[in-house]
Amino acid sequence: MSKPGTTKPAARWQPRVVAGKRAAAASGPTTEMTGWGSYPVVRGRELRSENLEAITRGAVLTRGLARAYGDASLPPPGEHTVAASPLADRLLSFDRSTGRVRVEAGFPLMRLNRLSLPRGWFTPVTPGTHFVTVGGMVASDIHGKNHHVAGCFGEHVTALKMRVAEGSVIECGDGDHELFRATLGGMGLTGHILEVEFQMSRVPTPWIWEESEQLDCFEKVLERLEEAGRDWPFTVCWSDFLVTGERAGRALLNKGRWATAEEAPAGEPKWRSAPTLPFYLPSWALQTWMMRIGNWLNYSYHGPAVRRHITHPETFFYPLDVIREWNRVYGRRGFTQHQAVLPAPHTHRRHEQYLRLLHDNRAKVFLSVVKDCGEEGKGMISFPKRGVSYALDIPIDNDTQKIVDRLNDFVVAEGGRIYLAKDAFTRPEHFRAMDPRLEKWNELRRRWDPDCRLRSALSVRVLGDPA
Amino acid sequence: MNVAFVGASKGMGRALARRMAERGDRLFLLGRDTADLQRSAADLANLGATGEVGVAACDLGDRSTFASALQAARAGLGDVDTIVVTAGAFAQQDALEDDADTLDRLLTVNFTNTIHFCEAARKLLLERGGGRLCVFSSVAGERGRKPVILYGASKAGLSFYLEGLDHKFHDQGLQVITVKPGFVKTGMTAGMDPPPFAGEPDQVAGDVLRAIDRGTPVVYSPSIWRWIMLVIRNLPRLVMRKINF
Repeated sequence: MSKPGTTKPAARWQPRVVAGKRAAAASGPTTEMTGWGSYPVVRGRELRSENLEAITRGAVLTRGLARAYGDASLPPPGEHTVAASPLADRLLSFDRSTGRVRVEAGFPLMRLNRLSLPRGWFTPVTPGTHFVTVGGMVASDIHGKNHHVAGCFGEHVTALKMRVAEGSVIECGDGDHELFRATLGGMGLTGHILEVEFQMSRVPTPWIWEESEQLDCFEKVLERLEEAGRDWPFTVCWSDFLVTGERAGRALLNKGRWATAEEAPAGEPKWRSAPTLPFYLPSWALQTWMMRIGNWLNYSYHGPAVRRHITHPETFFYPLDVIREWNRVYGRRGFTQHQAVLPAPHTHRRHEQYLRLLHDNRAKVFLSVVKDCGEEGKGMISFPKRGVSYALDIPIDNDTQKIVDRLNDFVVAEGGRIYLAKDAFTRPEHFRAMDPRLEKWNELRRRWDPDCRLRSALSVRVLGDPA
Repeated sequence: MNVAFVGASKGMGRALARRMAERGDRLFLLGRDTADLQRSAADLANLGATGEVGVAACDLGDRSTFASALQAARAGLGDVDTIVVTAGAFAQQDALEDDADTLDRLLTVNFTNTIHFCEAARKLLLERGGGRLCVFSSVAGERGRKPVILYGASKAGLSFYLEGLDHKFHDQGLQVITVKPGFVKTGMTAGMDPPPFAGEPDQVAGDVLRAIDRGTPVVYSPSIWRWIMLVIRNLPRLVMRKINF
């Protein structure tokens, strides 16, 4: 593959009377940095500026709102500085007739939603939180409740502006461009994402019509998820993995679609501000018995009848965003999420084995979400493929590494793979065994970055990059 | 409002311009890098600013650019009723002590040239019978404090000038709004440890927009800084010599 023509480098940024200040930011004091799971913790500093193009020059990594759970947004060992994109947050174009949008990489999804919904458009794919940047959505090639019909976010991206490792700024578009495909889900390791152009989806109203039902055993989870996926664009299962016996894996199935004009209430949804959990709870504050009760309450409160109602889109898509910094309930010790997809055909037996594995290893799965995935998309190492995805929130203790190892043994044996954006514990040998696409992606990465300049704590841990 | 805006592409200026755009004000952007201003203009137009958001070159480091910039804004907007200046220079005390050129530029941008610009701006507003002139100073100009002696001095001079402007021209219809932000988390303060009560740009933008609408002469933001500075202004010299705030 030949390298595409590079665009003219942007005019050199001239900071106004900040002699010493930029240098100070690049070499000043470090603070503790973590991802969303509060683990691992490294010393680092963010270089923040509205001018992302300037601060990515020479940087090893760009970080968005740091919602990756593990170490994907952390600097590699020996490096301390990462560029931070959140101040680069301009909406460069929004064609209201076609729904084509172009933003700077730090543009936050929450603003996009609040701006676009009243105008009849919505992001084609959304993750479970709106506190992410569009650049981060590309780097993780995020998926959502509609993966079975819409695929990953990357399917809707039409162009990227990037700073590649050797320093030049390029525009790469959809089509046959390999770097483009490698960057979707490439965890920011193929180049700094500066701008993103993508296609929004038309929505009839800004409200969601939601239906939910109880599923009293795990067999029903797989069946009903598949059935629901035929009729509903948004489906997801909250499942109770702490309960054992006959009721193991019982769940609530949530289905949704955009409400029609006849169903929708008059007026637009009111945007609510969310209170912040102001401090970390002690790490012992959240106990398994409490979560058992919480899960039981959640399940029982719903009742056996099917519930149907109009829902606020933010309540439907982002139930956990009602409290900012909710990750602090896990305390400073933190938590991890093990999200794995087990490929189709997915059987009850395998589902049972997975539950048993968790039970036998005494995994404290405080929150678990089961979702069926559609076909693999354009992203060269993106996470989803046809099958069933399990996202398990596990508080960190001395057994976490062992549990993740056992789960990964199972995932490898079943031909599945894990989601790097959530990961903090996977070993490189496991990841290599999970993803045969890795070799080709690595080869392309080496071609664009022979000196391996672009790295993260994750890439050193999982992909074997030099520290 | 028809607003000519110096500094709308960064930090608190960006947040304030967005608030204005969202409610449909008309904006004209002035700044050094017109290519970058065009991107901010697109952002503001997409957010709902009325009409085309025009841009023109204006460098607070070069006062020969002021007349043409204000002329361009008047031509672009038809009538300018509000002029906002959020741009300014900043450097840490150490850097300013070590380098006379840096200090010279900071004093020129924050004090001498901002005043030259405001003089041109108030003449333009008075010609049309009045208007609003909103300028960002700083709580650093409230008292000589060890970490911001030189930056604070430039802002103290600016605040003093703006106060006088209000006294002299208020009766002729000129509303002068002096903004005194405390520590706000922007690109300018990136790399510094935020103290308690550090504010967010959007919070400041809300406070300032309210002050512009009401014609409040002095606004502290976040508002708690009014009380913090009240205490600081009244601390005895002996205490100020001891503390590093």
